[in-house]
Amino acid sequence: MLGLCDAMNHLDALENESVYIFREAFNRLDKIAMLWSIGKDSNVMLWLARKAFFGHVPFPVLHVDTSYKIPEMIEFRDRMAKEWNLNLVVGQNRQALAAGMSPDQGRVNCCSALKTEGLKDLVAQGGYTGIFAGIRRDEEGTRAKERVFSPRNESAEWDFKDQPPEFWNQYKTDFAPGTHLRIHPLLAWTELDVWRYIQRENIPMVSLYYAKNGKRYRSLGCAPCTGSIDSQAANVAEIIAELESTNTSERAGRAQDKESEDAFERLRAQGYM
Amino acid sequence: MEANRSPLKIVIVGHVDHGKSTLVGRILHETKALPDGKVDYLKAVCERRGMPFEWAFVMDALQAERDQGITIDTAQIRFKTDLRPYVIIDAPGHKEFLKNMVSGAAAAEAAVLVVDAQEGVREQSRRHGYLLHLLGLTQVMVAINKMDLVGYDQDRYQQVAAEITDYLGSLGITPAFIVPVSGRQGDCIAAASAAMPWYQGPTLVEGLDRFTASQPPVGQPLRLPVQDVYKFDARRIVAGRIETGRLQVGDSLVFSPSGKSARVSGIESWPSRDVQSAEAGQSVGITLDEHIFVERGDVAHLASQPPHVVNRFRAHVFWLGRQPLLAGNQYKLKINTGSHQVRVETIERIVDVETLSNHQAAQVERNGVAEVILRSRTPIPLDAFADNQLTGRFVLVDGFDTAGGGVISRDGLAAARSAPRSTNITEVSHTASMQTRWQMNGHKGGVIWLTGLSGAGKSTIAMELERRLVRKGWQAFVLDGDNVRAGLCSDLGFAPDDRRENIRRVGEVAHLLTQAGLIAITAFISPYREDRENVRAMGPDVFHEVFVQAPLSTCEQRDPKGLYRKARAGEIPDFTGIHAPYEDPRAPELIIDTDTMSVDEAAEAIFGYVVECFQIKA
Ligand SMILES: Nc1nc2c(ncn2[C@@H]2O[C@H](COP(=O)(O)OP(=O)(O)O)[C@@H](O)[C@H]2O)c(=O)[nH]1
Repeated sequence: MLGLCDAMNHLDALENESVYIFREAFNRLDKIAMLWSIGKDSNVMLWLARKAFFGHVPFPVLHVDTSYKIPEMIEFRDRMAKEWNLNLVVGQNRQALAAGMSPDQGRVNCCSALKTEGLKDLVAQGGYTGIFAGIRRDEEGTRAKERVFSPRNESAEWDFKDQPPEFWNQYKTDFAPGTHLRIHPLLAWTELDVWRYIQRENIPMVSLYYAKNGKRYRSLGCAPCTGSIDSQAANVAEIIAELESTNTSERAGRAQDKESEDAFERLRAQGYM
Repeated sequence: MEANRSPLKIVIVGHVDHGKSTLVGRILHETKALPDGKVDYLKAVCERRGMPFEWAFVMDALQAERDQGITIDTAQIRFKTDLRPYVIIDAPGHKEFLKNMVSGAAAAEAAVLVVDAQEGVREQSRRHGYLLHLLGLTQVMVAINKMDLVGYDQDRYQQVAAEITDYLGSLGITPAFIVPVSGRQGDCIAAASAAMPWYQGPTLVEGLDRFTASQPPVGQPLRLPVQDVYKFDARRIVAGRIETGRLQVGDSLVFSPSGKSARVSGIESWPSRDVQSAEAGQSVGITLDEHIFVERGDVAHLASQPPHVVNRFRAHVFWLGRQPLLAGNQYKLKINTGSHQVRVETIERIVDVETLSNHQAAQVERNGVAEVILRSRTPIPLDAFADNQLTGRFVLVDGFDTAGGGVISRDGLAAARSAPRSTNITEVSHTASMQTRWQMNGHKGGVIWLTGLSGAGKSTIAMELERRLVRKGWQAFVLDGDNVRAGLCSDLGFAPDDRRENIRRVGEVAHLLTQAGLIAITAFISPYREDRENVRAMGPDVFHEVFVQAPLSTCEQRDPKGLYRKARAGEIPDFTGIHAPYEDPRAPELIIDTDTMSVDEAAEAIFGYVVECFQIKA
C-alpha cells in the first residue's frame, strides 16, 4: 500500500505548504494570476500549481516581456505554454520601448520602466486582486521581510516597514478596495531546495542554467543585465553539488542589484516583484 | 548531515537590550555561517567610523543589505551545526514589536529566552515567557547573557536562574537548560568557557542540538478542515490539509458541523499515482462515495473522535491590534479554513504577565493578554488547544487586519460535548445557507415582534414599516393578528391556552420566514410574557421584541375597531386590558410610545432600528 509520501521529508513539507498557499489564494481571491519569468523558481511554482489543482493551472500566467530577454527563454516559454496548456498573457511596455528605454538609461530606470510598469499595466488590464510571485526569503535582505500574502497599495507599493502579522497559516485575505495582494508560495524555499525539487520531480528548465564552455546562468533576467558565472555544472545534480559548496548569493550576477546599496529595496517597494 | 533534513525552527526572545542580536551574531560566527572576512570587514568599518564594534552589527549589516555576497537575513537566519540545519525565525531587531515576536514564535519548534545577568528578569522576559506558554511552545532554553559584566559569578548566575525558573515554573514551563553565556566575549556559545569552570552543562549550541524536531501529529484524531471543493475532469475533489491524524481510502468521514458523512473513495494526486493513505501535514484532495454537500470550513473527522461543535467558548487571546479589543465588539474569527463572525461576550480577566495576577477591564490593550468568552452566530467545529494545538487556535481579524490570536480553553467545552448531539434528528438541511440568502437579499432576516394593547397601533405601524422596507428593496412580510386568525388559527379562540397556541404557531411561521431570509413583522397583542419568551427561544439571535406602548385610556379612546366598546358592553369575553391581563415586556429591544408619537414618527423610529440591525455590514 502506498502512502501519499512515505515519510515527510523536507521537500515534502515545503511542497505541501506551497500547495496549501495556492489553494488558499484560489479560494479567497476573485481574480488571480501568476507571474512567469521563465526562470527556475517560476517553473517550480507552475509545477506546484499543477500539484495543487491536479494537473490544471486554473488562472492566467503573466509574462512581462522586456524585449531584452534571452531568445531561448522565449522559445521555452512558448513551448511549455502549449505543452502545459497554459493561459499565457504576455505584456510589454511598448511606450517606454518606443521611447528608447534600455539599460543604457540606467539599469534601475530600465527595470522600473520595463518590468515594474509593464507588470502594473498587465495587472491593471486583468483587474487581478492577487498575483503569485516566485520570490524566496533567502534571495536577499528585503525579500526576507516579506509575508506569504503581502498587500500592495493602489500604486502597487509595498510597505516593508509595517508588515501585517502572519501566523498559524492564517493569511491576510481581507483588504481595502484598491489594494491587491502578492502571494508567495515559494517564500520558505531556498535556492538549494528549488534545485533538489527540480531533480526529484524532473521539472523542465531552460538550458541556460546548465554550464556550456565553463559558464552558466545562475539566475535569469534580461540579456544585458544577467551575467553568467564560471561553472562546470552541466546538469541538475552537478548544480546541487556546486551550490552545496558555495557561499555567494545567486543574485551576485545581476547588475541592477549592485547599482546602489538600496536599489533593490527601491525597486521592490515600487512593485518590481 | 542529511540533505533532506528540515531545519529546526528556533526563535530568540527576551527583553530589549539583553543581547538577542548579539547572540545571533555570535552564533552565526561560531557556526561559520558568515563568509570569511565578514567580521574583519565590519570591524574595519567600525574603526573607520570611530565606533566600537558590536556583534549585533552582523545582523544590522545583513538587514541593511550592505553585502551582496551572503544569503541570510534578519527574518530567517540560517546556520548549521554538525547535527542539523537551523533557521532562526524573525529574529527581532532593536525596536521590538510583540507582533514580530508572535509571528516568529508561532512557527517555532524551540525558543531561546535571553536574560541579562546584570539586570535580571525584566518585563519583556516575562511577557515573552508568557507568550511562549500561550503558544504551546514547551522546548525552551534560557541563556543568561552578559556574564562578563558580573565577573562570571556563579552566585549571580544562580540568582537569575532561580528567578526565571520560578516564573516559567508558574506557567508550567521547565527550561531544558539554563546556559550562562557572554555574547560579546563568546563564552559558552559553541565551546565551554574557561572563565566559568563551575558550569558543567551544555553550551548554547549544544543545547540547541539537544532539542527535538517536531513531528507531524499523525497519532492524534483525524482533523481535515475543508479548504475548497473542486470539479476537475468530472471528479469532485474535496481539498484540504490534514492537520492531525491520518486517513485511508474506505474510511467513513463525518463533516462537522453539518454532520453529513461519506466514505473516502479515492485520494487524488498529480502526477497520478495509486495512493491509499495520507497523513498529518499533507495537502490532499479526496473523492467521496456519495455526493454530500461539503463546504470550506467544514472539518472532516472520524465518527468516533469528533471535535466540539459550539457557538460559545472560552479562550486566551493576545491582542496586537491598533484599536483595543472591546467587550461587545464583533470580529472575524478565522480557525483553520473556517471564518465566523464572533462577538466578545465578556472579557473575563486581563492577565498581568508581570505578576500573573488578574484584573477586570472592559478592554484589552495592544500587547495585552486576556481570557475572554466569544460567541458566534454560526456553529464552529473546534478542539481545546490542550487537546489539539492545530485545531484549538484561531486569529481575530479587525477590519482588514489580523489583530490578535487565541487558544481555546477546555473549560466549558466538556459540558458542550456531553449535551445530546442531534445525531438522530434527520431534518433535511438546506443547501443554501442562511448567510447566502442574506447576502442575496442584501440584508439579514429576523423577527420584529410587535406587542401591545389592542388599539396601541401595532397593525398600522407594522404595515407602514413593511411598506417602507419593501420600497427600500428589502424582503419583509407582516403577519397580522386578524389575518392569521382567519386561516392558520381559525380553530382557536381567546382562552389562555388558545392564545398560547396562537402565538406558538405565529412564532413558528415567523421563524420559517426568517429562515427563508425574510424580515417577519408580527402584530399580535400577545399579552403573556411567557408566550413571547417561548417565541424568542426559537431563535434568540434573530428575535426583536418591540413594545408598542400606549395607556389603556388612550387605546380605549381610539378604539378603531369598536372592540373596547363591545367589551365594556360585555359582548366580548376575555378582552385584554378589560377582563384579561396584559403583561408588559421586561426588556424589549425597542419601545415605541404611540401616546406621544404620530404613526409616521413611530414607523420612522422602528424603520431606523430595523435598518441598523439588519443591514449587512461590510
Ligand atoms: N558586556 C556585554 N555586553 C553585551 C553582551 N551581549 C550584548 N551586550 C550588549 O548589550 C547591548 C544590547 O545588545 P543587543 O544584542 O542589541 O540586544 P537586543 O535588543 O536583545 O537584540 C549592546 O550594547 C551589546 O553590546 C554580553 O555578553 N556582554
